[in-house]
Amino acid sequence: MKRVYADEKWCIGCHLCEYNCAFANSGCDDMVKALKDKEIRPRICVEDRDKITYAVSCRHCEDPICVKSCISGALQKHDGMITIDQDKCIGCLTCILVCPYGAVSENGTGVVQKCELCLENSCGEPACVKGCPNRALIYEERGES
Amino acid sequence: MKNYVIIGNGVAAAGCIEGIRSVDKESKITVVSAENYPVYCRPLISYYLEEKTTLEKMNYRPADFYDVNGCEVVYGKNAVSVNKDEKKVVLDDGNEIAYDALCVASGSSPFVPPFAGLDTVENKFSFMTIDDTLALEKAINKDSKVLIVGAGLIGLKCAEGIVEKVSEITVCDLANRVLSSILDNECAEIMQKHLEKNGIKFMLSDSVDKFDGNRAEMKSGKIVDFDVLVLAVGVRANTSLVKDIGGDVNRGIIVDDKMQTTVCGIYAAGDCSEGNDISVGQKRVLAILPNAYIGGNCAGINMAGGNSEFSNAVPMNSIGFFGLHSMTAGSYYTEEEGGELYEEKTDTGIKRLYMKDGILTGYIIIGDIARAGIYTSLVREKTPLDGINMDLLKKNPSLAIFSPEISRKKVEGVI
Amino acid sequence: MSVEFIYPEFEVVRNKDRCIACRVCERQCANEVHKYDKDRGVLISDESKCVDCQRCVSLCPTRALKIIKSDCTLKENANWKNDTIKEIYKQANSGGVLLSSMGNPNPLPVYWDKILINASQVTNPPIDPLREPMETRVFLGKKNEKVTRDENGNLKCKLPPQIELSMPVMFSAMSYGSISYNAHESLARAATELGILYNTGEGGLHEDFYCYGENTIVQVASGRFGVHKDYLEAGRAVEIKMGQGAKPGIGGHLPGTKIVGDVSRTRMIPEGSDAISPAPHHDIYSIEDLRQLVFSLKEATEYKKPVIVKVAAVHNIAAIASGIARSGADIIAIDGFRGGTGAAPTRIRDNVGIPIELALASVDQRLRDEGIRNNVSLVVGGSIRSASDVVKAIALGADACYVATAALLALGCHLCRTCQTGKCNWGIATQRPDLVKRLNPNVGSERLVRLMTAWKHEIKELMGGMGINSIEALRGNRLMLRGVGLNTRELAILGISHAGE
Repeated sequence: MKRVYADEKWCIGCHLCEYNCAFANSGCDDMVKALKDKEIRPRICVEDRDKITYAVSCRHCEDPICVKSCISGALQKHDGMITIDQDKCIGCLTCILVCPYGAVSENGTGVVQKCELCLENSCGEPACVKGCPNRALIYEERGES
Repeated sequence: MKNYVIIGNGVAAAGCIEGIRSVDKESKITVVSAENYPVYCRPLISYYLEEKTTLEKMNYRPADFYDVNGCEVVYGKNAVSVNKDEKKVVLDDGNEIAYDALCVASGSSPFVPPFAGLDTVENKFSFMTIDDTLALEKAINKDSKVLIVGAGLIGLKCAEGIVEKVSEITVCDLANRVLSSILDNECAEIMQKHLEKNGIKFMLSDSVDKFDGNRAEMKSGKIVDFDVLVLAVGVRANTSLVKDIGGDVNRGIIVDDKMQTTVCGIYAAGDCSEGNDISVGQKRVLAILPNAYIGGNCAGINMAGGNSEFSNAVPMNSIGFFGLHSMTAGSYYTEEEGGELYEEKTDTGIKRLYMKDGILTGYIIIGDIARAGIYTSLVREKTPLDGINMDLLKKNPSLAIFSPEISRKKVEGVI
Repeated sequence: MSVEFIYPEFEVVRNKDRCIACRVCERQCANEVHKYDKDRGVLISDESKCVDCQRCVSLCPTRALKIIKSDCTLKENANWKNDTIKEIYKQANSGGVLLSSMGNPNPLPVYWDKILINASQVTNPPIDPLREPMETRVFLGKKNEKVTRDENGNLKCKLPPQIELSMPVMFSAMSYGSISYNAHESLARAATELGILYNTGEGGLHEDFYCYGENTIVQVASGRFGVHKDYLEAGRAVEIKMGQGAKPGIGGHLPGTKIVGDVSRTRMIPEGSDAISPAPHHDIYSIEDLRQLVFSLKEATEYKKPVIVKVAAVHNIAAIASGIARSGADIIAIDGFRGGTGAAPTRIRDNVGIPIELALASVDQRLRDEGIRNNVSLVVGGSIRSASDVVKAIALGADACYVATAALLALGCHLCRTCQTGKCNWGIATQRPDLVKRLNPNVGSERLVRLMTAWKHEIKELMGGMGINSIEALRGNRLMLRGVGLNTRELAILGISHAGE
């Protein structure tokens, strides 16, 4: 399955992935309209360790503990991708409690959100990858079991 | 071809079905369901009252779940005994179901202490099932005064669920604090204040002495008048099926890491089972949803001849009331017990990290729970803290706390 | 403010309606122009630090930024221009030599732009490169004067060592140190993929890049930094750098701040020490001395590698080239005065040297006149900007061209001409790890390959138009060129007729 991989060697810490993510999932066709004067809630997060930066988003685990822990059945695995049915989600945040990557977050309306590889929004391919200015994020299939 | 039988139709059962089907796509699975509903998740009932979900959305799996997985569900029946020699489950209607592998996922039942005069109370409810919920929903109105006995997870979620629909809620508990099973005094106080701000009254360190119709006389001598009584004192694991045939039972049905009971061929999972709590290294009933699913799933895989272990169970909880969330995991060791505590307080919350013997044994966070799963994984994996950047760990959960090699592996690898 | 104040050259224009305060500009500017004002929730700028590198403009996701030239103007006139006056102020402030980088920016004639290329009509039909094969391959090195046979009458096929290029372009010398590891890797990988060569410059060759040796020219300059046996053997050719177009008469200078880590190791000099290459090679004071070094290097590399001698285009270039052609060198590289650099004294950059077009024409003519043109190949650089510049250079007599500035542009350089500060926001002319990583060689090498592929297509188009299907047939074919707006003397030196003739 194609996943988003972060290559910290090329991450320049610009945080554009976060903004591109927030925009892609805003439902707006204009970035300014979507993000101006708003607190953004991206599904990807740039971390910083001694000047080394890298982006963390859902790994779409083979054995996803978030799905196993979801009390409403809103988190599901389809064709390897972990999706969230926000209509079903009741915001118990158990997924946040268990995700070892910190890749699930609150979306501000009482339910959770997570990376769905932009396959569920109009972007069609991961906006974080598309907008990364230094190819530090790669969307590809790598060797797996 | 095997006959798989699952007693119970909760989340552990769903996990078991999916576990079996990950190995064996052919054999028959029979599910014995006491309730007349397809699998749903019990904790959702308070969200139903709160109108955050509907009966339809509460379904844990899509409508065709049993069909797709080739399950026959026997609704409205209880398993009354297991004949381990003939490998049969006996139902309350006398019917028998033969099994090759059995999973007991019978859950738990509300525990009702023998209060004096309880029989004089007309409107009394437990808060466990959809039927309890629908009954409670009918009984309350905007003028209702509700007394909830028990300030644990169930009682408080019930309170949150109905607070907008009734005129007054009082919660009493023998313990000196709310959520006594997961929070210590100080953290409980933060939660209690928040609950009080949202209109819930408390009578703690106090219990009902006796009931007289719609009046409760408390041990402290106080009198509480109510229209509706909710009993949420606690739950007891349903262990009798295994106990009766000589299986080891403590508070729950004892299981090993493969979720097998001490009776060969019989597995148990979910709230009725008692497995290892690695945060204390003892057998404990960890009646929480993730463990139910994971345990059920593990049992299912093993029942079908696969090989799975569930060996990293820890207590953990995510619970929120009126927008204030708390997350807890693991065990909290005091300084006397050799533990070390890091604490950080903010205006609205608190963070406590409990460390002992070079690992994070547990934590409590109220308020900013973002990315708390990273802490949980440290607890669950018993990650040695000597390779961890403690300053970053204390500040915020992030993968940056790990050594560069490990964090790189985590974001670059396949999991 | 005081007498020392110089009004900033640029203004940062931020469209407040578009800015989403994502702070990318702030994070990306090594000059610290942008700053987030928490209280007001807006970004503010200190334009006095802006060098107009356009990094922030390029990365701003909402196109909220632009950099414009300040219109705050001094009372200039034709003699005392804005920049002239400001340079006086700067020197009165600092007391130092003015430094700048990249090529001569002054409005001196660009002869390429005054030369036009021929095309075939009617009698000598053009060739369609999309339908017919076109040869852009060239071989650099000494060629035999005539065909010779052995006692049995068989052809003697032994040629001195040759460099094969898939197209007549190479990436010219830029040292590791003046540019980053990732820039070097981009050049090396692109050259390998393209079948051309890149040049290490005078800073040695990082051991990681020995694997690209077949596509590497290793340079030996007056400082001899990083020169050792393995280094010489690693390359496809060895280049002796006598001079450089951007700063003829002085050696390369790399400040100690850039001599860090691997740069210091590769150069074989201590960390933090300034790498000051002497103006001359202290062992070369004559053509005979040069010949000694040429043959020393040939000996060291067992006569397997061509030796290039690179000189700046200066006044007596034809005579100098003639001497080099007799020194045993296989290839002469001539660098024109618009050639770039990481740092040069402004006065030298702007006033020393001559245009490459004139130097090339006169050298080619001189070598032909003396009958020694086949002794050497000619490579020219010093601002080759496009495929048409390449074609014109070949027609004027060059065997191949060196490009550097164009390659840097492909890597992201925006010609802000402040390489000397070491804070290149594009990760090219810097050694700061956080900046270096901004140039991902996967991206960089791809862009270089694309640029050169595009040029190759264009070269073929131009060749086809002239009815020429092999680039070698264009070399020195000045009949294919005409001048416009040039005086008789210029036309004579270039050896071309005026348009219409």
